[in-house]
Amino acid sequence: MASRRQVLGSAAALLAGGTMGMPRLARAQQKRGGVLTAILNPEPPLLVLGLNQQAPTQLVAGKIYQGLLRYDFALKPLPSLAKSWTVSPDGLTYTFKLEEGVKWHDGAPFTAEDVVFSCAKFLPEVHPRARAIFERCASITAPDKFTAVFTLKEPFEPFLYSFLPAGAPMMPKHIYDGSDYRANPKNATPIGTGPFKFKEWVKGSHITLVRNDEYWKPGRPFLDGVTYRIIPDAAARALAVETGQVDLAQGNDVEAFDVPRLAKLPHVELSTKGYETVAPISWIEINHRTAPYSDKRFRQAMMHAIDRDFIVKNIFFGLGRAASGPINTATRFHDAKAVKRYAYDTKKAEALLDEMGLKPGAGGVRARIKMMVLPYGEVWVRQAEYVKQALRRVGIDVTLESNDAGGWVKRIGDWDYETSFDFVSQFMDPAMGVARTYISSNIRRGVPFTNTMGYTNKRVDDLFDSAPKQTDPAKAQAMYSELQAILTEDVPVIWLTELEFPVLINKRLRNVNIDANGPNSEFDEAHLA
Amino acid sequence: MGGRLGFIAQRLVKAVFVILGIIVLNFLLIRLAPGDPALVLAGEAGAADPKFLDDLRREFGLDQPVWRQLLIYMQGILSFDLGFSYRQKQPILDLILARLPQTILLTGTALAFAIVAGVSLGAMAARHVGTWWDSAITTLALLVYAMPQFWLGLMLVLLFSVQLGWLPTFGSNTINSGFTGLDHALDVGRHLILPSLTLGLFFMAVYARLTRASMLEVADLDFVRTGRAKGLAEGRIQRSYILRNALLPVVTYAGLQAGYLVGGSILIETVFAWPGIGRLAFEAVLVRDYNLLLGIFIIASVLVIAFNLLTDLIYTIVDPRIELGA
Repeated sequence: MASRRQVLGSAAALLAGGTMGMPRLARAQQKRGGVLTAILNPEPPLLVLGLNQQAPTQLVAGKIYQGLLRYDFALKPLPSLAKSWTVSPDGLTYTFKLEEGVKWHDGAPFTAEDVVFSCAKFLPEVHPRARAIFERCASITAPDKFTAVFTLKEPFEPFLYSFLPAGAPMMPKHIYDGSDYRANPKNATPIGTGPFKFKEWVKGSHITLVRNDEYWKPGRPFLDGVTYRIIPDAAARALAVETGQVDLAQGNDVEAFDVPRLAKLPHVELSTKGYETVAPISWIEINHRTAPYSDKRFRQAMMHAIDRDFIVKNIFFGLGRAASGPINTATRFHDAKAVKRYAYDTKKAEALLDEMGLKPGAGGVRARIKMMVLPYGEVWVRQAEYVKQALRRVGIDVTLESNDAGGWVKRIGDWDYETSFDFVSQFMDPAMGVARTYISSNIRRGVPFTNTMGYTNKRVDDLFDSAPKQTDPAKAQAMYSELQAILTEDVPVIWLTELEFPVLINKRLRNVNIDANGPNSEFDEAHLA
Repeated sequence: MGGRLGFIAQRLVKAVFVILGIIVLNFLLIRLAPGDPALVLAGEAGAADPKFLDDLRREFGLDQPVWRQLLIYMQGILSFDLGFSYRQKQPILDLILARLPQTILLTGTALAFAIVAGVSLGAMAARHVGTWWDSAITTLALLVYAMPQFWLGLMLVLLFSVQLGWLPTFGSNTINSGFTGLDHALDVGRHLILPSLTLGLFFMAVYARLTRASMLEVADLDFVRTGRAKGLAEGRIQRSYILRNALLPVVTYAGLQAGYLVGGSILIETVFAWPGIGRLAFEAVLVRDYNLLLGIFIIASVLVIAFNLLTDLIYTIVDPRIELGA
C-alpha cells in the first residue's frame, strides 16, 4: 500500500509532468527559432557542471546538463530526467523512474547506469556538496535500465532537494568512467542531455550553444540557440541591456543602482525570482576567538546598530529583504515567529555595550574593529561604507580592509580576520546550506564556507543533526524553529540581507525565468514572443 | 653590417638572461600573493571541503615545495613548454596565442593612428607656432591627454552607440553573423573603431606634444637656417630638415609604447569587452592562475625586448650618425 509520502510524491510528479511545471502557456503562440543572447560574467573556468559549480558555469552548463529533478518557485520538486519518484515509509529508500528515450549529446542512451555512476562515483569524487549528500547512501543501484534506487544509511528528509542540475548533474558514464575526471580531454566539449549543445567557446568573447535536435521533450526547445557574451565591465553590461544587444542579464551582471533605470526601459522586464534554490543571506562574519567578539552582547549590539531596511532600500535599491535570522524566508523551515528580533535601535546597542563595560573613550569610541570588504563588486563597498558609519554612531570605530578574491578567501579560511562581510547560499534546505556555518564539527581551518567563526553550541549541533532525520515534517519544523530561536539569541553572525538578484529580460522573449533555478535553468520552454 | 649582426647577437644573449631573471622573480613574487588557485575556485563555488582543496592542489602541483615547483617549471621552459592553465585546462601557449592577435590588432591600430595623427598634428602646430592652429591643437592634445581613458571610452560609446546607434558597444565582432571575407573584416573594423580610438587618442596627444616641442627645438638650429639661406622650399625644410631630425624622441617613445602595448590594455579591453591579452593577465592575477600569468610575462618580455632592439635599429636609419654596438 502506498504511503502518504509515496502518494504525495507521485501526485506531484503527475501534476507537474502534465504541464511540465510551467505557467499555463498559450502553446499556439510559441514560435520555433531565434537565438537568445545573454550576459556572462565573469568567464567560467570550464563548462563541465559536475566539476565546477560556479555561478557563471551554472548559467551556461545548466542548458547542457540536467539533474533528476527541477523545483518550482515554492521549491516543490518537479520531474526532469526522473519522470516520477517514490519514497519508502521509513524514509530510507528513494526510487526514481527515469524518462526513457533520453540521449546524451553524442547519441549514447541515458540510463540508470549513468545515474549510479554520477551519484556513486563521479560526484563524490569531485563535488564537495554532492559528496556530503551521497555519502549518506548505503547503496545506489539500477535494478533496471530506467530505475535508480538510493538507499540511505539513515533517514535524511531533504534528500529530494539534492537533485538540482548543479547539486547533482547527471554525467555520462561512457565518457568518464575509468578516466581521471578532471583531466578527461572531453571536458573541453561537454556532453549532457540538455536542450542545448555546446558549439563554440571563444575565450574572452563568447560561448555558443545550439539547439539539441534530439532533445527528449517533444518539440523542445523552441530556440535555435543561446549565446553568452562575456562582458567584464559593469557599465558596458548595463549598456548592452539598454541597447538591446543582449536579451538577458542576471545575478550580479548589473549593479543594483542601474537596475531601476534599466527596468523602466520599454523593452525590458524585471524579475527578482529564480534564485530560490540558492537564497543567499549576506552577513557580517565574526571571528569569535577573541574579545569583544566572543561576547554575544557585542554581537547583539551590532545587530541593533545596523538599519537593515536602510541597506535594502539604499544600497540594494529595493532588491532583497532585511534578514532576521539564519534561515532565509525562501528556504524550507523558516519560522518568522521563532526568531528574536533586533530592531534598529542605537540606544539598545549602546546599552549593551555599556553593560559590557565598553564606555565611550576619546572621540566617543568604545571599540575599534577591523572589517574585510567583500571583493565582489561595487555594491559591497557601498554596504561596507554604510555599516562603518552606522557602527560609528554607537561608538564602534571600523577600519575597512580590502583584499582581492584570493586574499579574502584565504584570510577567511585561515581565521585570519576580525570581522568580514560574506554571503552564503542555502540550497533550499537548512541541512544543505545553513548547518555548515554553525555546527562545531565543521570548524576546519584552511577551508572557506565552513564554521570559520568558531561558534560552538552543543544544542545547535544536536538540533542540526537530528532535524533532517525526522520523517515527520512537523517534528523537523519544531527543531528548526528552536534552532532559529537559539541562533538569533546567540547571534553568531550579523545577518543583514536576504539577497535577491535582478533578472532583466528583453520582452521579445517568453518563459525564460520559470522555476527556482531561474536563469540557470534549461531554457527548453523559452521562446520568442 | 657585421657590426649590426654582432650587436643583435649580443643583445639576444643578454635577453636570455633578462628573461630567465624575469621568470624566477615573477615565479616567486606571484606566490607571495595570499591565496592560491584552489582557494579561489572554492571561493567562487561557495562550497569546499578539505578533500576538494587537497585534490586541486595535488592536481596543480601546489602540494610540492616552491623550489621544486620552480625546478619543474624551468625544465618546462627549457623545452619551450609554458605549462598548463590550472583553471582553464588548456596549454598556456594556446591561450596566449588565441588572444595575442586581438591585442595586436587593437594596439597596432591605436599605435598607427596615434603616430600618424599625433605627428601630423604636432608638425602642423610647430609650423604654425603661435597661431590659432597651434592653440587649437595644443588645447586638444592637453584635453585628450588629461581625460581618463575609461571615461572617454564610455562617452564615445554613449555618443556613437547609444545616441547615434552607429557602432556596437562591445566585443570584437558580431557573433552568429555568418560574415566571411570582406564582410567579416568590415564587421571587425566597426567593432575596432571605438576601442582603438579611445586607446589611440591618449597617445596621439603625447605624440602631438612631443613632435611639436622637438620640431621647435630643431627649427632653431644652424643647419635649418643654412637650409633656408640656400633658398630651399619651406615644405622641404619642414619635412627633411626639421621633422626628420625631430623624430628621434618620437621613435624612442613609440618603441617603448609598442612594447608596453603588447601587454594589452586592461582598461580598454574591459570597457569594450575586447578579448585581448591584458584582460587575460588581469584575470590570471585575480584567480591566481600562476602558469598563465608567468606565460604572459614571458611573452610580453620577449616582445618588449624585441621592440627595444627594433627601436635601436630604427635609430640608425633615422639618424645615420648613431652607431650600434657601443
